[in-house]
Amino acid sequence: MTSNARRKRKDERLVQSEDEEEGISNPSMEGDLPEMTGTDSSPEMEAAEADALVKTLKTKRRKKKKELADEVISPKDDLARQLKEAKRKSQQKIEDAEREEMEESAPMSVVADDGTLPMPEEEERESVLEEAEGEEVRRLRKKKEETEETLIEGPPGEEEETPPPREEEEPPAKPPSPVPKEPSDEMPSKSLSIKEKMRMRMEKAKEEALSEVKEEEKESRKERRLQRDKKQTTRFDETKPYIGSPHASFEIDENELDRITEEKRLQRLERRKKMPAKGREGFQMPTAEEAFDFFTREWKDEEKEEVEEGVEKAETEKAEKKEGEEAAEQEGAPKPDKPEDEQPLITQDDEMVSDLPTMMCAAYTPDINEQIKKEGEIYFVPSAAEIPATQKVGADFEVRRLEDEGFYVGKRPSAGSRNQNRMEHRLLKEIEKGRESSRAWFGEDGSLLALPDPLRSLPSRPPMPEEVEPVLKLDYKKAVIREFDSRYIDGTTEGIGHYQLDVDLNQVFFTHHHLYSKEHALAQKLTSLYEQYVIRERKNMTAYLGEKLKALKNSALHLQDHIAAHKSEYNLTDRSNYDRRLQDYRAEIIQTRQQRDREEKTDRTLLRHILATWKAIKKERELQTFTNTPVKLQIRKEDGNKVEDERVWKQEVLAEIEELRDEHEREYRRNMLTYEEEMKRYQNQIQAKAEAQKRVDKRRKKIGSKQSIRSGAEDDEQHEKDLELLSEADLTPPDEPSHFDDATVRESVEKKARENRRRPGEPKLHLELSNTATITPTQNCNLDEQRRRADVSKCMIFVKILFNNKEVSRTNMKPLSQDFKVSYGQIYSMKIVQWPESIAFQVHESIGLGSTLVAELCAPIPDTSVTSVSVQLEDLEFSSDRKEKLNRAAVGSGMPFTYGSDNSQLEILMTTGILTYSVAWAVDEHGQALVPPALVNANTMFTHMKKMDPLAAIGAAGVMDLKKLADWFASSHLDPNDPSNADIVYLLRGKGGDTSHLTPAEYFRLEQLMVEFDFVTQQELEENKRFRLIQLRDEEVQEFKNYKMVPAHEREVPRDVFTEYERKKREEQRLKSEGDHDIETQRMAVKRYRQKIRDQVMRRFRRQAHMKNWEDMVKEDMVPNIALLGTSLMKVFARRTPLKPQRKKQKKVVAQSIKGDEVRIIVNISRAQNVPVRLSAAMQAGAESNESGNALWRSGAVTSRQDTRPLEQRFYDDYKHITMVRPFVEVMFQHHCIRTSVGDGSNPSFNEELEVPFRAPFDDYSPGNLQTVPDAVFLNIFDEVVVDIQEDDRERGRMVHQRIEKKWLGSLKIPFTTIYFNGKIDGTFRVNAPPVLLGYVYEGLSHGPDDIGINKDLKTLLGLFISIQPPLTQPEPVKERFSTNEDEATMVQADQWKEQISSRFTPKRELKTFVTDVNFKSVFITRYFRPINPPDEFTGKGPELVARYVSLIPFVPDAAIFPGLCDIWNTCDQFLAMLSGDEEEHAILLVNYFLHMGIKAWLICGNAIPEGPTAYVLTEEANVHYIWNPSSGERFRTNDATCPLRSIGCIVNNENIWANIQPYDKPDQMMYSLTETSCWEPLFNNSRRNPGLQSIQPERLYYLQTDKDFVTELQEKIQHVLKNKVMDWRSRYITRWNRHCSQIMRKTLPLLEESLGKSVDQDHIKELEASFSSYKVSGFPINMPFTEVDPIVETVYATGVHGHESNEIEFALAVYVHPYPNSVLSVWVYVASLMKNR
Amino acid sequence: MASSSVFLVMVSGQIESAEFPEFDEIYLRYNLHYGQDWLVTSGLEEGISQVAKKSQDDRQQIVWNFPIDVTFKSTNPHGWPQLVVHCYGSDFWGTEVSRGYGVCHIPITPGKHKLKIPMFVPESSSLLQKFTSWFLSRRPEYVDARVIARGEGREVTRVRSQGFVNISFNVIMKDMKKLGYDVLPSDVSTVNVPENVGTTATEA
Repeated sequence: MTSNARRKRKDERLVQSEDEEEGISNPSMEGDLPEMTGTDSSPEMEAAEADALVKTLKTKRRKKKKELADEVISPKDDLARQLKEAKRKSQQKIEDAEREEMEESAPMSVVADDGTLPMPEEEERESVLEEAEGEEVRRLRKKKEETEETLIEGPPGEEEETPPPREEEEPPAKPPSPVPKEPSDEMPSKSLSIKEKMRMRMEKAKEEALSEVKEEEKESRKERRLQRDKKQTTRFDETKPYIGSPHASFEIDENELDRITEEKRLQRLERRKKMPAKGREGFQMPTAEEAFDFFTREWKDEEKEEVEEGVEKAETEKAEKKEGEEAAEQEGAPKPDKPEDEQPLITQDDEMVSDLPTMMCAAYTPDINEQIKKEGEIYFVPSAAEIPATQKVGADFEVRRLEDEGFYVGKRPSAGSRNQNRMEHRLLKEIEKGRESSRAWFGEDGSLLALPDPLRSLPSRPPMPEEVEPVLKLDYKKAVIREFDSRYIDGTTEGIGHYQLDVDLNQVFFTHHHLYSKEHALAQKLTSLYEQYVIRERKNMTAYLGEKLKALKNSALHLQDHIAAHKSEYNLTDRSNYDRRLQDYRAEIIQTRQQRDREEKTDRTLLRHILATWKAIKKERELQTFTNTPVKLQIRKEDGNKVEDERVWKQEVLAEIEELRDEHEREYRRNMLTYEEEMKRYQNQIQAKAEAQKRVDKRRKKIGSKQSIRSGAEDDEQHEKDLELLSEADLTPPDEPSHFDDATVRESVEKKARENRRRPGEPKLHLELSNTATITPTQNCNLDEQRRRADVSKCMIFVKILFNNKEVSRTNMKPLSQDFKVSYGQIYSMKIVQWPESIAFQVHESIGLGSTLVAELCAPIPDTSVTSVSVQLEDLEFSSDRKEKLNRAAVGSGMPFTYGSDNSQLEILMTTGILTYSVAWAVDEHGQALVPPALVNANTMFTHMKKMDPLAAIGAAGVMDLKKLADWFASSHLDPNDPSNADIVYLLRGKGGDTSHLTPAEYFRLEQLMVEFDFVTQQELEENKRFRLIQLRDEEVQEFKNYKMVPAHEREVPRDVFTEYERKKREEQRLKSEGDHDIETQRMAVKRYRQKIRDQVMRRFRRQAHMKNWEDMVKEDMVPNIALLGTSLMKVFARRTPLKPQRKKQKKVVAQSIKGDEVRIIVNISRAQNVPVRLSAAMQAGAESNESGNALWRSGAVTSRQDTRPLEQRFYDDYKHITMVRPFVEVMFQHHCIRTSVGDGSNPSFNEELEVPFRAPFDDYSPGNLQTVPDAVFLNIFDEVVVDIQEDDRERGRMVHQRIEKKWLGSLKIPFTTIYFNGKIDGTFRVNAPPVLLGYVYEGLSHGPDDIGINKDLKTLLGLFISIQPPLTQPEPVKERFSTNEDEATMVQADQWKEQISSRFTPKRELKTFVTDVNFKSVFITRYFRPINPPDEFTGKGPELVARYVSLIPFVPDAAIFPGLCDIWNTCDQFLAMLSGDEEEHAILLVNYFLHMGIKAWLICGNAIPEGPTAYVLTEEANVHYIWNPSSGERFRTNDATCPLRSIGCIVNNENIWANIQPYDKPDQMMYSLTETSCWEPLFNNSRRNPGLQSIQPERLYYLQTDKDFVTELQEKIQHVLKNKVMDWRSRYITRWNRHCSQIMRKTLPLLEESLGKSVDQDHIKELEASFSSYKVSGFPINMPFTEVDPIVETVYATGVHGHESNEIEFALAVYVHPYPNSVLSVWVYVASLMKNR
Repeated sequence: MASSSVFLVMVSGQIESAEFPEFDEIYLRYNLHYGQDWLVTSGLEEGISQVAKKSQDDRQQIVWNFPIDVTFKSTNPHGWPQLVVHCYGSDFWGTEVSRGYGVCHIPITPGKHKLKIPMFVPESSSLLQKFTSWFLSRRPEYVDARVIARGEGREVTRVRSQGFVNISFNVIMKDMKKLGYDVLPSDVSTVNVPENVGTTATEA
């Protein structure tokens, strides 16, 4: 203890001096000074000692200090903080006492050098010393404090600086040292003077020491690393004493120690300077301290090393530090007493502090762009720059360097300084923002708190966790036995009960074995015989039966006597009773005697056999010269009394003979009776037969001689009988019963007796079998026998125990003994969970390798009462049919062999044996039998089967099959009254509830609970509106297909939901049931037919629509061919913005993505041509010739869109009716009307784009729905007429009062589907203008007033472009190839041909080979053609009339009838029956008519406007080709530019198909000579022969004459309806009808029809004009095929005739219906408005 | 009966993250597919998220945290809304290709639900197609992403799984019970008071 304390003191001092030497902590100089003086004043010796000590210990101290620091780092921190607080408080006091303390410290330190001083003093000194040191520091601090506010941790190199501030912590040490104050008072002046000296010395010393230290450090650098580990262990040893020392006052904290060591180090340095001189002196003799140290420190060497290390570490750890240190030292050296020498460093720190914020600012400078600025608001980018320690520690605290103070701080985990700095920044930021209250993150030294580096220096392999990834981990689970049926006793495997069967296998004994020797076989035979013998002996049946016989005889005798004696006494019944009894006795006697005889015989044979066998054994033994078996038969002879025997014998024989005689006699008597009877019968028969014979003979004679027919009826009868008699079989004469033959009987009896019984005098034999014979030892046997015996012992036997046919255990392999026994004597316990079904044993034999099954035998399952306690061993015999060939001495098995030498007797023995065993239920320790409970009251094996459900008995399939179930029920004898069987009984009982016959119901129900799962009844389902709605929606009924939000309750279903639908349904119903009175029956039939077809097609289509293919689902690029690939590759290199951009296809919009209301039809009307001009204008023009013509021209030229003329001028023009026409176009679609502005002149240019909204019905924009849209776009051309209605002329010129009227000039109807399918429609269209347009004339013809009629070549044309925005996806054509009746070869041919041609042209040309007929069969197109007769009326008339007839059949696009774009081609009869069809039907009919008329005609498949792909008709007349539009009946020349047909793909007739292979496909650019193979490629030619396709068209058509009455009726009706409608439309005004005009018009209409609606009768016009010259007449006839009344009304409405808002106007209306055959009606409506000219 | 009885299903949640082991830089779109009896009363029916990159850790997650907030009104549970999520990302050539389609029903019980839906993409119909689609970076896509919410026509497609998307839903329902639809398990909807609670109370 003392040594420790001493050492410490010394350390303190040394360190102190070191510090001073280095000149870093100037204040310590004052502390040093007294010390120095101390050395001076004290004897020289002491100083020298101290110096020497310094020299030796210098390195140690350093090391120690370092270790100390390391050790106490953490506790020190806390303590340090507290101390700081305390220190601050006491600072004032300290300052006061400062001076004095300094003085005190000097003498103390002198003493301190002396390590041998007594303890009490030491203690005191110690405290004083501490005090002194503390004071020095304090002083320094005081000076420093002025600058400390800005002091920041110096560069790392300035290790030495940090200790001084920390010295402040000392104050706590002060209280214990109040004593030193006294001496301090004594020598203040002295110390000062000494101080000066000291300084001088120190300056020099320091310089020297520094260089020395450096050198030393370099040397030890390498060592240090190696010794680091060692160091750590010693460190603990070292420090403990310090802390634990009683001397070391507890007030002295570790910090102080650190400081002291530091100081010491400085001292040491100083001393070293002197050392060279002084050290040598004191070298010879170690100081007391040295000596002490030498003995007390075992760790001296280590420490030395450590010290070196410590030094090095301090420097190498911070490389710059050292330099900094040096610098500081060098600086500090010249003026070591000045504390200001640290100033440069402090300022340097200051600079750094100020630097950092500026850097940060720079990062945030806002002159970067907005983004960064914005980001800057959110982001905080921590700078990587270092933060001064002071900032981190906080302004109130000082930075300490624990390491420098000598604490062990451990090696910090390596982290990038940048990262660390960033983190520090972040934390500081947090603190700044107040989010982090304390600076707990930072340690005393300003660095981040960190635990020591946990990493090991050496790489090592960490223990791999055994656990695998939790995902991959395999869990061990015990195998689970699944319970699949209730074969287990307790239902489950883990049953409650423990049931156990004990099987005791005692032994196996082979009664024959293939290794038996002959002797064995014999011995075995003997044994078994003997066993029998013993049994028989025991039973002694012979004696028993003999006794019985005797008794019977006696009683019989007795009875006989009794009967005889009391014969009279008994009545009849009694007597017969007795007789019967007697008879019974007798029968029994006979029986018993026979039995006795048999037994005797058996006994005797047995005996004989035994003897024979024994003899054979003996013989065998003799023969083989050795004994094999231990059997030995001992025969004891019992000599009988021969005389006695003889007597008994004779007596017995006699008795027997007597008995037999009696018996025989009785028999004889009985037989005799029957014999006599039979004899009598026999004789009778013989007699009768003889008589009959006689009669027959007689009769024959009679017949033969006399031939007279005298015989009567009796004769005949008699004769018959005789014949019968004769034919009877002769009775055999009965044998006479023999008399008792005494001799023979005696003989037989004696013989029997000889055979069966012991003869008299023969000795009685008593046999005794014993196993006492000695078996000849093996070595004495011959070789064969030896081998056999070896074989026997080689033969191993084991038994397998099988429970429920599963092997549960087996015995050991045991060798067969020489007597062919294997004893096991072992009990095998089986714990069972399943019901025992069978217990079996398998006896296996194994010789050498492998084993063979000898036999399998079954043991019964023991009764419950059989427990292992009570069980007896039982024998089970077994045998094997296995053949084993005999080998050497063995006899084999299943092989014939003979005994001994005689070969007479062959024997074949099979392996047999006996297994001795027992099976019983085990008994547990409580004596409880381990028997399953169910088995207790079970009596059969089938109990468990009963308990089981039928599933296990007959399988699951059986359960489903009721029949099987019933069978099982019957076979398993279930009790129908058992409640547990109630389910099955119920199931089998069926409906009747009759339990007597349990037969299954005669039906099978697939889902038995179907009814239960119906959530409502069918009726409810139908009645409930909501359910109905849902159902209909599911069925995709058009009205409900898109019904949204079906209400949750029925009551919320709108009442009128179904009205529309029901109306439609009713109509359909009505159509089906009975006729509508509006239409004649034929039309109704037409409708019905159409409906039928439609339904059929719809069904088919719906099914198709729900079958999707790949393309419907997945968008995928087609595999490009090389060309495409090339272009796509080119695309990569293509210009981004090409100079000549190419039009890109507009993207189709998928139906689903359309919300509705954005779909519009865009109609671009460019211009109109040949608009008829007003008649008045034309006439004027004609009359006024050039002048007004010029005016017209001018006006037309002036404006096209807007009337820009001055009002005056216009007014004038209007008034004068100079304007020819002011047309405009009105587009009407779905009741939306949009018009262009007014054009001018007959060739106006509009160039206007009109948009009409489109709404799909039911908001369903799917292609399926869109193609059924029936709406059409109407384009009407009107003339805007301004009528001056100025009443008062006086106001003219100041006021304008006009009315604008529009006059219909023509219309164009384009079905929506046409637009939809074609995507866009572009072109010039002919406007359907009425043949007569009253008040208007075509300008081109307005040469003379006469020419009012309309030239057919001159029609109004309209330039149009129509498209849909956005483009809608078109329906996928139905690709399914329908089934067909066509020849396969033809189809293949046609396909190839089509493929070959269509690949040649782009765009593809319309090629048709197969079309779909109404039955959804693919039909070859040429089959549709055949000359068909037109109606008879047309014979001899021109083709135009026929064409007109065809065109009058209503046109309905297929898509409207059959949605789904399956273009269905109807035959002509179907077409006429449906009375509607689209282009191809019309075209086919027309072609067929033409063919019939002898005109060369073809069907053209091509493209036309506006229809798109369509069918036209081509005819050839006198080498001129015409193209017919079948739907309009118009004819065009091929070079007609106005022909709507745009391209021709192929032409077809009944013979062939010709594909257009010309470079052009426009009709006017084509050649029409079909023989030209370069122009037309036929399908059938010489190589491809036409297989002679039959037409599917009917041979001829039958036309029904149209009912005339109906026609007139219809005419009236239409007229009536129209008149009412017109009046309705203009309900605000009075509508007057001009009868006269109507009359004239009515007359005109038939004429128009006659002229096929083309030419006009001029006279009529004239008449009209003449009659109404005072009127301004405007009107027109409209012609259309009749379908219904409504379309007519609509058409009239569309013309806007009614739109004259005036009362003055009059109207004229005429309707004419022209009947054509087959109810094809042409309806003409002539409307006109008349206005009086004023 | 002026206003028809409806129930409301309010769904809020977010498409949190995804795992696409092979791909990076993915954004997603979502659609809601629902039956005819359903109506979105508020919220967005469709959305498109930001492009997200994989996290750099082991999880390799692509996080969007893309909120969904939509309210449905309906009269029938038939056609219960489904969330269709389809992801896109740019491929090697920089073209955007589909990275996965996935669908899930909006949970039918109220409460918080976390779902992980597997994503798949249609496969090319042939090897050649596959090559060209890779070469031209035109992966096959569904004509309409909503087809995956339906069963119709799916048999013609071949798909491959690509990854997972994690979605969390918070579902609130209103008036379901009023219309007779009970979606809560019995132990939630009816408070299960232990039997002895009442008895002990009375005894006491």
